[in-house]
Amino acid sequence: MKVSYQWLQEYLDLPEKPADLAERIARTSVDINDVYSPSDGLTKLVVGFVDSVKPHPDSDHLTLCQVNIGEGKLVQIVCGAPNIQANKNVIVALPGARIGNNIKIKRSKMRGELSEGMICALQEIGFSEQTAPKAYDEGIWFLPEDAKPGESVFPYLGMDDTIIDTDVTPNRGDMFSMLGNVNDIAAFYGLTPHFKMLPVKENSEQQAEQLIKVNIADQNLAPTYKMRVITDVTIKDSPLWLQIRLWNAGIRPISNVVDVTNYILLKYGQPLHSFDYAKLPDKTIGVRFAKAGEPFVTLDEDERELTSNDVVVTAGDHPVALAGTMGGLETAITDQTTSVALEAAIFDPILIRKQARRHDLHSESSSRFERGINPETVETALNEAAELIAQLGDAKVTTGIVTGSERAIKTTEVPLTVARTNHVLGTELTVDQIAGIFKRLAFEYTETDGEFLVSVPARRWDISIEADLLEEIARIYGYDNLPSTLPAQTSNIGGLNERQHFLRASRRVLEGLGLNQAISYSLTTVEQAQQFEIVRHGEPMKLDYPMSQDHVATRMSLIGGLLNDVAYNAARKQVNVNLYEQGRIFIPTDKDVRPEEQEHIAGAITGQFTNKTWHHEGQEADFYLIKGIVEQYLTNMAIKMQVTYRANSSRPEMHPGRTADILIGESVVGYVGQIHPQMAKEYKIASTYVFELNLEQLVTQPKKERHYQMISKYPTITRDIALLVDEDITNADILDVINDKGGAYLTDVTLFDVYEGAHLPAHKKSLAYTLTYQDKEGTLVEEKVNQAFDKVVQQLIKQLNVEVR
Amino acid sequence: MGLKDKLDQLLQQGLSEVKASSDLEKINDIRVKMLGKKGPITQVLRGMRELSAEERPKIGQFANKVRDELTSAIEQRRNELEQAKINAQLEHEKIDVTLPGTAMAQGQPHVIQQIIDQLVDLFIGMGYEVATGDEVEEDRYNFEMLNLPKDHPARDMQDTFYITPETLMRTQTSPMQARMLETHDFSKGPLKMVSPGKVYRRDTDDATHSHQFHQVEGMVIGKHVTMADLKGTLEVVAQELFGDELDVRLRPSYFPFTEPSVEADITCFNCHGRGCAICKHTGWIEVLGAGMTHPNVLKMAGVDPDVYGGFAFGLGPDRFAMLRYGVEDIRDFYQNDIRFLTQFNQKG
Repeated sequence: MKVSYQWLQEYLDLPEKPADLAERIARTSVDINDVYSPSDGLTKLVVGFVDSVKPHPDSDHLTLCQVNIGEGKLVQIVCGAPNIQANKNVIVALPGARIGNNIKIKRSKMRGELSEGMICALQEIGFSEQTAPKAYDEGIWFLPEDAKPGESVFPYLGMDDTIIDTDVTPNRGDMFSMLGNVNDIAAFYGLTPHFKMLPVKENSEQQAEQLIKVNIADQNLAPTYKMRVITDVTIKDSPLWLQIRLWNAGIRPISNVVDVTNYILLKYGQPLHSFDYAKLPDKTIGVRFAKAGEPFVTLDEDERELTSNDVVVTAGDHPVALAGTMGGLETAITDQTTSVALEAAIFDPILIRKQARRHDLHSESSSRFERGINPETVETALNEAAELIAQLGDAKVTTGIVTGSERAIKTTEVPLTVARTNHVLGTELTVDQIAGIFKRLAFEYTETDGEFLVSVPARRWDISIEADLLEEIARIYGYDNLPSTLPAQTSNIGGLNERQHFLRASRRVLEGLGLNQAISYSLTTVEQAQQFEIVRHGEPMKLDYPMSQDHVATRMSLIGGLLNDVAYNAARKQVNVNLYEQGRIFIPTDKDVRPEEQEHIAGAITGQFTNKTWHHEGQEADFYLIKGIVEQYLTNMAIKMQVTYRANSSRPEMHPGRTADILIGESVVGYVGQIHPQMAKEYKIASTYVFELNLEQLVTQPKKERHYQMISKYPTITRDIALLVDEDITNADILDVINDKGGAYLTDVTLFDVYEGAHLPAHKKSLAYTLTYQDKEGTLVEEKVNQAFDKVVQQLIKQLNVEVR
Repeated sequence: MGLKDKLDQLLQQGLSEVKASSDLEKINDIRVKMLGKKGPITQVLRGMRELSAEERPKIGQFANKVRDELTSAIEQRRNELEQAKINAQLEHEKIDVTLPGTAMAQGQPHVIQQIIDQLVDLFIGMGYEVATGDEVEEDRYNFEMLNLPKDHPARDMQDTFYITPETLMRTQTSPMQARMLETHDFSKGPLKMVSPGKVYRRDTDDATHSHQFHQVEGMVIGKHVTMADLKGTLEVVAQELFGDELDVRLRPSYFPFTEPSVEADITCFNCHGRGCAICKHTGWIEVLGAGMTHPNVLKMAGVDPDVYGGFAFGLGPDRFAMLRYGVEDIRDFYQNDIRFLTQFNQKG
């Protein structure tokens, strides 16, 4: 709410300047969006009296004005406003002035005529289109007749005020009014407010109830509904003081009747609605749910189709307002209005909130009804509004209030002890200190031996339990004054559990291996959600009401997201990308049951893995590089069982000849490979190598125990062997034989060369291995090694038909 | 010429040749020539048998001296030349040490992960356990058990991706409050937990909004946990993240699951409180929300609010990262431009 400092000063002797007051409000009541003066950034704007006006000799729309700016002699200003007239006080921007949008005004010649400044419209001095009065949309503003030429215009327009723009939380609906602000500020400063209320003088003998009836069938919709009728109204502009109150609060002045209702809304937080009495199609007012599809034209001339959850105010059965949200065009106040039916009500907050959202009609009224209305001031507000309309519209207030429903004004009794207060807040407050806070808040209470019983007034409907009172005590005492401690030391031992350790270690290892952590979106398209899954799961889980077509389903693999990242980089000429991601995938289970969430880890590399430099060739991403990363990762994670890689040509998104499933025992825990060239094309990326692992399967795997193995002091013996084999025999096939038949002393087998090419027979390749033998208990003799080696060679020939080269 | 003179002459000749020699090969030649078995000194010594018994030892001694002197001169010269050769070699091997080193592959944790890890480690140090919850939650845990019944206005503040009427993408990490309260065994001591993770809101992505972001939730519930403890804890967090030169301000706020509720601000690090565009001219930057756990939340989770109480807080790592590094567009975190990711080096 835009709270006027000057308006506050009418009710409180404020001890601090606006900025300091705002800081206190932020620390004690509600947050502050902004503190500003409407005149910020504006200079040299003075009152000018237009002495005479004559047409510009060279223009059909400009006029030459002789203006008294309080300097004895008149100055000439060229003006283009259609409503310029002599003998009016206007806003003059002198040469050197700064006006709205930081525009500087200079002395200039306009079509040959000197112009010593500019005559301004409100919109030109910082007023928004939404707050400047509509009547002056097309022209300049006229200042009061008694304004003194040469003086600053700011005081005349309320622009010397300071506005404290508060951010009202949902619980503090009371802070949506001047009254609520005054009460809270009085409480934290310890002031006595002198809030002025205007009593109504019913100056018409006519009984309101003879003019209108109110019949609220469902009192849940409108727990309080009251009306007054005002007759013989003259619709005209409001006085300037009232217009200033409104525009400084961001509300556009319209006419006396509407302005009064908005003024009362600001002052009491009570939204009012004024109907043109004559246009009410029936003089019995009711409140009901709208019928589905019922059409209704609101004040903004928008024809709306209502739903059965909307609440309407009716005349007879005919809707005349969208309750608490916006009035109807049909019964709106116009220049011709002579009688006004004035509504002051409390509507159901939830229904109003939903209705405002449904129709995207968040108004000053609806935002107050949503947060609740002070039942203490419904009638006060109605009376004061009627009286002001009478005063400003030379009208008559008929006798009596017509009440359709009325919620009792009741206080809430909340018990609280001093001991409990200090126990929760960590303070050492005394009975007197707590009592003092309740006095400042103007809450009635009784107290015996440190036990309070507090009567919370209806105006603070947010307070109903002990914790609410504790908040009042804490904030008025001051959060700054609370001691600052840490929770008492207990036997809690913090730390990551085994699973959390595993996840963190997984990230560290992959970073050490050169991959950068990416965090991509979990929500994706239905199509992408199903790509690259380790195991197929069918349809992904879908959002009921997505926001964008790019994010409608939960991912079932991480690779798709990483490829989006690679594509994002490629589109920005970043061709060398090495990423990994650790995160959740979501596997749908039964309907209405949450999906199974699995932690996965995946990587994607493309382009140069390490850059070519002046003396180093660099390393290009390829299958064996990504596989090396996976192998090293799995080694580091100490998976006890053997990890194997099995060619899989049936993954549709993957290169059929360059993809391997990763198995632990017989279960597939992931895969590694090059993405299918067709996929690369679809993603608009270069050859990209990926892997994905299901961490759930890895976390639960038995891990290698940390045993120290003594380094044997006995020497090793090595034998190299080069094998010419058929091209479809794999390294794994050969290793199987060597490891199977290698004997007890074989400690290591290392592939050191692979050759396919011109010097070999067709469909053959050559693989060369070093076999290392060692007896950990003694010196190995050549003979034993020769025996073991010969056995392996024979088996290779026998089983794989190799040729030893 | 007597033998002695001959030897003396040989010594002088040898010394001058050694002095004049400029490479190791020549030194070796001199050694062989002068001291070898066929060399002149050996020759001279062979002529000793013609000498008298009296002279023989004198000449012998002298001859040995000549040989030693030559040997040591040769050694010395050889050392000099070897040293010179090594020096020449080293000179030859000189490289431009300002040329860049070999490119290494080393990845970085995501900047948001770094902040999460930093916070998690801070809380672990204060005895908190780490709880990780599911990203798809039940409405009951995400809202109802946090004192947000179906029609609560605060639900409007968190536009939600629903899957079914009862399941949703969690809008906050707070459901972990309810889940941990339900399962914690209070006979074993207070609950102290921190829970980081992804959350989702039905928002249109732009520079300041993302339909996916992160939160870190924290909660301490025990028999005597006070609002002063909350204040102290929040100050520790703010100082850990932003340094201890900035002031921390607590102010009232509203969350359905805490009462009293607070928000914590720090002095704007950009303008140091004078007011600037980053802090919207308030001098303060909001960094987290917190409060004393609402008795309804405890009750709904089966914890007696008359016996137990405490605080909860929530932080936004995305926002922290934006503030700390001046990141202007939240989408940068999720698009994973390699130039963005590699900027946030770990300090170890």
